[in-house]
Amino acid sequence: MRTLTVLETGILATVQDLGRAGLAGLGVSASGAADVSALRLGNRLLGNDDGAAGIEVTHGGLVVRADEEVTVALTGAPCPATAGGIAVGGNGPVRLGAGIELRLGVPSAGLRTYLTVRGGIDVPPVLGSRATDVLSGLGPDVLSPGTELPVGAPPRRQPNLDVAPVAMPPTGEVVLRMLPGPRHDWFVAGALDELLGSPYQVSADSNRVGLRLLGSPLRRAREDELPSEGMVPGALQVPPSGQPTLFLVDHPVTGGYPVVGVVVTADLGLAAQLRPGQPVRFKAV
Amino acid sequence: MRLLPCGDAGLLVELGDLDEVLATYAALAEAPPDGVLDIVPAARTVLVRFDCGVTDVDTVAAAVRSLRPTSGSRPDTGHAEIVVCYDGEDLAEVGELTGLGERGVVEAHTGQEWTVAFCGFAPGFGYLVGDDDRLHVPRRESPRTRVPAGAVGLAGEFSGVYPRESPGGWQLIGRALEPVWDLARTPPAKLSAGVRVRFREAR
Repeated sequence: MRTLTVLETGILATVQDLGRAGLAGLGVSASGAADVSALRLGNRLLGNDDGAAGIEVTHGGLVVRADEEVTVALTGAPCPATAGGIAVGGNGPVRLGAGIELRLGVPSAGLRTYLTVRGGIDVPPVLGSRATDVLSGLGPDVLSPGTELPVGAPPRRQPNLDVAPVAMPPTGEVVLRMLPGPRHDWFVAGALDELLGSPYQVSADSNRVGLRLLGSPLRRAREDELPSEGMVPGALQVPPSGQPTLFLVDHPVTGGYPVVGVVVTADLGLAAQLRPGQPVRFKAV
Repeated sequence: MRLLPCGDAGLLVELGDLDEVLATYAALAEAPPDGVLDIVPAARTVLVRFDCGVTDVDTVAAAVRSLRPTSGSRPDTGHAEIVVCYDGEDLAEVGELTGLGERGVVEAHTGQEWTVAFCGFAPGFGYLVGDDDRLHVPRRESPRTRVPAGAVGLAGEFSGVYPRESPGGWQLIGRALEPVWDLARTPPAKLSAGVRVRFREAR
């Protein structure tokens, strides 16, 4: 069996695919790639099915060795990368000969880079998915140096693009489109305007569960307890501090704080590429 | 019923009480509207998540409005029996709080059919509701930092079985002899939403 051996992981590297949707009845979140479109692009560049598993790399720093010849692609946050010491580009197929090391530097924009491999990472699925859910602990372990990852059989489809034209993730202020949330009426009049009119900043205390945002606190009009209710990715949940948390893919299935707004599905990948310290604004649609 | 949009891919259905949640969940699970990806029942709400490339909030809302949930109906997605050794640390206290005594608590717990109303807190943690209210007890005043996997507890209107070791504030009355969450099993959760549950005392 062909394998990739993990030599270094950077801050956090996990195996991700499209996740395990439809299991909320078991108390299980969907999880999966935080920036789904980047994972899909990587798979398409290699002729894989969209749902093949790849590696989600957080802020670069991954080093892997191809134990036999494999074809890979790097998508999402653009990192300087070398294969056997020679620079390689993103958003296109890259062939790694047997024994060649692929090293990722730190991304110049965005946060999450996807390393996809022709044939997909073929670890055993858990509940129909190879995604690591960092909140519930489901799926493969977080990657660590020495992990050998099996690579699946290459698909019949051949890669037919040398490079895909893709916009870089923005480095400055990012605007996310949102709709008023199911509990916007739990907040004082003007709280929604406050959210839409003020800049927020992504806190360092952010992960695949959610982005903690720092900025103008949102005040509640009612202080009673909300019975826990189902949550969606993109939900802006507001704990008593008034500072919203924007839920990403590993969010809890239910939550007990009111949701003031929900970022639209199309902008969730953009949200997943936000770095700690990056400014963000919300715009109503 | 209030319908509260949750972005472009979710609709939160707010209901009056848990019975309405169960009836609505039962009706939705029986005939999910097109494009629905997941249905998330909770204490007073049912969240419907859908693929916004296939359908939209208005279409799903119309489908939810046209549901005719049978009042008092509960979802029925399977049956489970859980064998319990009733030696929990709080059994005596629950006997006093309810006035049933220790034996009375065991008989009330094993003598009724429970339904998993919803899951949450951890994968495989089901919130079970019964037929009568004799076992309704408050949570412990201070939660335990460590509750072992398999502990059977009571809190408010619910009973539950801890799927794995975790902190917890429920009153513990016993321990299940077999795991309720086992990834080697398909499905891994014994207690998923809608499952009817009987507890049996270990002999």
